[in-house]
Amino acid sequence: MGRNLNAPVAICARGLRKSYHKDRIEVPVLQGVDFDLEQGKMTAIVGRSGSGKSTLLHLLAALDFPDAGEIYVGDQRIDNAPRKQRDIYRNRGIGIIFQFYHLLPELTALENVLTPVMIGKSFWAYWQQRKALCARAAALLDRVGLGHRMHHKPTELSGGEMQRTAIARALMFDPQILLADEPTGNLDGQTGQTILELLHELNRQDHLTIAMVTHDDGVAARADRIVRLEGGRVVASPRHAVA
Amino acid sequence: MYRWLLCFRYLRTRYIALASIISVTLGVATLIVVNSVMAGFSAEMHERMHGLASDILIECHTVGGIPNPESQLAQIRKIVGNQLAGSSVSVHVPAVMGIRYHGQVVTRQVNLVGVDPETYDTVSDFGKYLLHPDNRKQVDFVLRDSGYAPDREQLRDAGWGYRRWRVNYERELEAERQRIEIRRSAATSASNAVPELAENSLQENSGDQTPNPSADAAAVGPGFDYLPTTPEFSDLTAGGARQFDPARETFPGIVLGISTCSVRIRGSGDKVRDHFYCLPGDDVQLMFPSAAENTKVIDQKFTVVDVYESGMSEYDSTFAFVSLKHLQDFRGMVDPSSGARSVTTIQLKLVPGANLNAVRDTLQAAFPHPEFPYQIQTWKDMQGPLLAAVQLETTILNILLFLIIAVAGFGILATFFMIVVEKTRDIGTLKALGASGSGVMSIFLSYGLLLGIVGSGAGLIGGLLFVDHINSIASWIETITGREVFDPTIYYFSEIPTIIEPWTLCWVTAGAILIATLASVLPAFRAARMHPVQSLRYE
Repeated sequence: MGRNLNAPVAICARGLRKSYHKDRIEVPVLQGVDFDLEQGKMTAIVGRSGSGKSTLLHLLAALDFPDAGEIYVGDQRIDNAPRKQRDIYRNRGIGIIFQFYHLLPELTALENVLTPVMIGKSFWAYWQQRKALCARAAALLDRVGLGHRMHHKPTELSGGEMQRTAIARALMFDPQILLADEPTGNLDGQTGQTILELLHELNRQDHLTIAMVTHDDGVAARADRIVRLEGGRVVASPRHAVA
Repeated sequence: MYRWLLCFRYLRTRYIALASIISVTLGVATLIVVNSVMAGFSAEMHERMHGLASDILIECHTVGGIPNPESQLAQIRKIVGNQLAGSSVSVHVPAVMGIRYHGQVVTRQVNLVGVDPETYDTVSDFGKYLLHPDNRKQVDFVLRDSGYAPDREQLRDAGWGYRRWRVNYERELEAERQRIEIRRSAATSASNAVPELAENSLQENSGDQTPNPSADAAAVGPGFDYLPTTPEFSDLTAGGARQFDPARETFPGIVLGISTCSVRIRGSGDKVRDHFYCLPGDDVQLMFPSAAENTKVIDQKFTVVDVYESGMSEYDSTFAFVSLKHLQDFRGMVDPSSGARSVTTIQLKLVPGANLNAVRDTLQAAFPHPEFPYQIQTWKDMQGPLLAAVQLETTILNILLFLIIAVAGFGILATFFMIVVEKTRDIGTLKALGASGSGVMSIFLSYGLLLGIVGSGAGLIGGLLFVDHINSIASWIETITGREVFDPTIYYFSEIPTIIEPWTLCWVTAGAILIATLASVLPAFRAARMHPVQSLRYE
């Protein structure tokens, strides 16, 4: 599986290896994974529990370091980049959503959406632009259908609403790439579908590159491309799921 | 930005952390109260001690004293130079005082000081503590008509009026006694003619305005008669040519320390009041050594002309002041040939900011010991142990109370560790959103700082309010517990003195904030080092 020359690649990973250590026993998770995230496409990473799909996503999000291999975002290698560069990449380069939403319980939905810009901008920069930023956050919440629940705390929101808030938060810095770790895993079928619809819409309208980890083949089937992991290796990477 | 938002939110939502800083609040408040009260006490003590004892004291303990104080003073002026602000000479001598009180004699041991009324006030706050307002302006060893401490019931009528009343009262008492005596002797002789005769003689007696010397002598009492033995002060009783009239004349004036002539007692209803053995206008008897080679005891009467109340029990209970001239005369400290007067003590006042110890050392070098039997001390040397004790007490209290705040710091540490564990997933989220390790660390450091500011701010306000209302709080505690918090019979202050020093407030508050922040360093460091993936998965 080589690099696809036809489609521009947002993230390119080569020969990724990662193992965890538990009581001196090495547990290999990724054993040489090559992966291309094509720009403007929605890619589903599927596999059974323990196949390493979440670990791959964490490596792509620069949340963890691979034992071996390289990850390029555009022309920049990020797996061994300095900490600050990795922080900036996580902050602005990508948006990330999780199975368990991971909203901050002390903050309202609007403040949660604002968190990335609060982290990324200095106090003064944020203070000077606060009105514009708040307006953008409100617009994002409106777009995900939560315009009326901006000032609610996460505990006052339903699972679907929390995931929408998390999506709005991921979009706050207007990233090119969205990484989603089981975004529907904790939701009932119907709510999961609406979240998927939202992701598809973002992919179509904003040409957002999306990598989505899921164990649900039904969810994966709607993606442009499926990458299947098994035992720490990519076993099949058909260009189109429907193919 | 997010760190402040988050730590403000944590502050509002984590009440357990607020509870953990209550000990910081209490520690800060206690430190402020203790320091203010100690500073108040210390300042009051310093002020009084310094006021009473001039800056530098040159004492000569030999019986004859310093024979030529003027030349010594000239030499001192040359040595000290422009640092000298004032000087005075005085005579200090131990004495025994006898006060007639209800037909009995109360004896007191006093430090008799002969002071120069002109210069003594330039070296110490002597006049300031006298009760008569005119004496406060200029000390004068004469009895005033009245006006001693108008706000005190016992002293309101003291003065010449009281003296005349008392003399008349004693004369009438004596007359009455004589009358009874005569009646009794008449009854025993069983004669009819004698009472009439006695009656006539009595009328004659009471109509006579000149005082009856024998009656007066009897009123004064045995053993305390006027001093025919004092050769230096013989004009009053010389050869009996002129009789002393206590209703019109006084003995040399004496100013008594308030506790030498009174006792402070707790009357009914727990009210503290002074009970005076003698008042301005009364006469007292003093015995003190003469300055001659073969020392004899001099027995001399003085008339109380004022009372001295400094608030320092050490001074108030031992000092009695008379005019320097009189004391020199009585003790024989005047050279018959040259007329030079010797003194026992030279007091110096230096300009503000002068280095007392340096001046003392120069003077000690200028008056070396075997040649000059002088003791040269600063006022701080004289009160050294007491001042050092107060200082030590303050230091130890500060250390102990800061240890309490340090204990509170460990409480914050434990609470913070719990909060960090509780917030593990949020920390993972923040890192996933691009927060750096130092950013996460600063959330918890800012939180510790904020808690420290809130805790010590509350302590600061509480402490200041407490100090502001300390006297009403003390009286409130007294009503509740029935125990006196501040006993005026011990301290001679009517209120608890307090001084709030801004510098103390600063370092107490800053210290407490620092301890709270330091306590949050370890938990914050732990938060910063958390692995994002592991934190995100933390259940």
